[in-house]
Amino acid sequence: MLKITVCIGSSCHIKGSRQVVEQLQYLISKNELSDKVELGGTFCMGKCQMGVCVTVNDSFYSVTPDSVEEFFTKEVLTRV
Amino acid sequence: MRKFDTKVQHLKYKVLREVARLAWEDKLLENIMDIPAKLAPGKEATMRCCVYKERAILGERVKIAMGGDKDNPNIIEVIDIACDECPVGGYEVTNACRGCLAHRCEDVCRFGAITFDHNHVAHIDKSKCKECGACAKVCPYTAIVGRKRPCQNACKVKAISMNDDKAAKIDNSKCIQCGACVYQCPFGAIMDKSFMVNAIDILKKSERNTRGGSYKVYAVVAPSISSQFSYAKLGQVVTGLKMLGFHDVIEAALGADMVAMAEAKELSEKGLLTSSCCPAFVRYIKSAFPKLVEHISHNMSPMAVLAKYIKETTPNAKVIFIGPCTAKKAEAQLEEVKPYVDTVLTFEELQALFDSRDLDISSLEEGVLDNASYFGRIFARSGGLTDAAAQAMKEQNIDFEIKPVVCDGIEACRMALLKLNKGILDGNFIEGMACIGGCIGGAGCLTHGEKSKADVDKYGREAFEKTIGDAVSILK
Repeated sequence: MLKITVCIGSSCHIKGSRQVVEQLQYLISKNELSDKVELGGTFCMGKCQMGVCVTVNDSFYSVTPDSVEEFFTKEVLTRV
Repeated sequence: MRKFDTKVQHLKYKVLREVARLAWEDKLLENIMDIPAKLAPGKEATMRCCVYKERAILGERVKIAMGGDKDNPNIIEVIDIACDECPVGGYEVTNACRGCLAHRCEDVCRFGAITFDHNHVAHIDKSKCKECGACAKVCPYTAIVGRKRPCQNACKVKAISMNDDKAAKIDNSKCIQCGACVYQCPFGAIMDKSFMVNAIDILKKSERNTRGGSYKVYAVVAPSISSQFSYAKLGQVVTGLKMLGFHDVIEAALGADMVAMAEAKELSEKGLLTSSCCPAFVRYIKSAFPKLVEHISHNMSPMAVLAKYIKETTPNAKVIFIGPCTAKKAEAQLEEVKPYVDTVLTFEELQALFDSRDLDISSLEEGVLDNASYFGRIFARSGGLTDAAAQAMKEQNIDFEIKPVVCDGIEACRMALLKLNKGILDGNFIEGMACIGGCIGGAGCLTHGEKSKADVDKYGREAFEKTIGDAVSILK
């Protein structure tokens, strides 16, 4: 099981964490990965400058609403 | 810029600040006895009959600042020796009585308590008077006044009486812990227990303050904070909280968004509901209208709902709620809430915490606080919950006509509940808030005023998310 966690703290929120969550939800269901990928939220990851903060298992990524698809292809699809 | 409404609040704050200073330094136990003399130095009394009485009272305040009497389950405590035993004796005829001929006061008195002297001036026989106030209402000169103790006047659930020594006494079975008496007593003889020392202990041992600390502490702040700390910006308060050791600051208003969604559903299913956000209102229904308990919404409060979410998504998180409310301190001790909320602070206590660390928040950089929608944020003022519930109906396409009865202040709540009890309530949703104006009128606020509601609405409009659905969608 791959665990993707998106920061939903204030700082990431205004940088678009909702859009990131929504797109990830869409991509996960489109690729029929809901039994292989778990998506969750957490408040502040402590790297507000680099938001939107996302972790895949324990690796950290800086994602924006525009780079979600690229991130998903590179970091998620290759690992499931 | 004024930080408090009254000097009594300021006095309470100074005690809290000194206790906090020592608690941060781990010197509380050795130095606790020195606090009274530090705050009331020298030989001259400035507040009471002598400096020794002042110090004795300060000693009691220190105890309450450290959690108070553990044997008394009530959050609200009377400091017997601080009570002025106000000699106010109910209804009295003042010298505005003209000795008129109409004697309406006599006619309206059902107890025969009014007599007249040779000048036709009215007198009230205290042994017959039942304090109904009818005479005061009919006097054309308003010459009859009802004098009540400020605490009794503030307590609309009639939980305050006098003990044998004439000091105020609280009936715990009636008290809803709203804190109205705390704010109103001019001598500061009634106080809310503080759990600030617990909060400091939690913060000190957390990841941020201790190397090897194993948990993060989250501040969940009530939206009424938008009307507080007016000498600084909200973003600076957020930075100040992080400097105290909080890992993150989250709006309780996000919990309010969650509650609004659930409340709309529950209302449409049950057809009749009383709100459950205000713990003092819920307690009032339970103690004064037990037959109506079935109508209380099953949703936990925004504080509890959000704290639960944090604990479920973040292992080892600790949650401290910061708000305007004394009753929240009691709510956090309920079995169903206890696992989620570690402790509760008021805005008064937060001010003391900032100053105990010599943090001038007005000089800090601005942090960000943005988790909730407009609708979650306006829960802080009367009517906000109702607006949010109506909006949540719309957003969820629920076809139900909400007929709200918006009540702020326990007297208004009482009227609505009496009607509901008799089956004559014109409405299907009672929004009950124990404090006048809603949470912005809470006893734990630093300041109260006309501007507070406008402050909350402005803060609401500044929210990044415009709909409740958008604000909560992030949580899935």
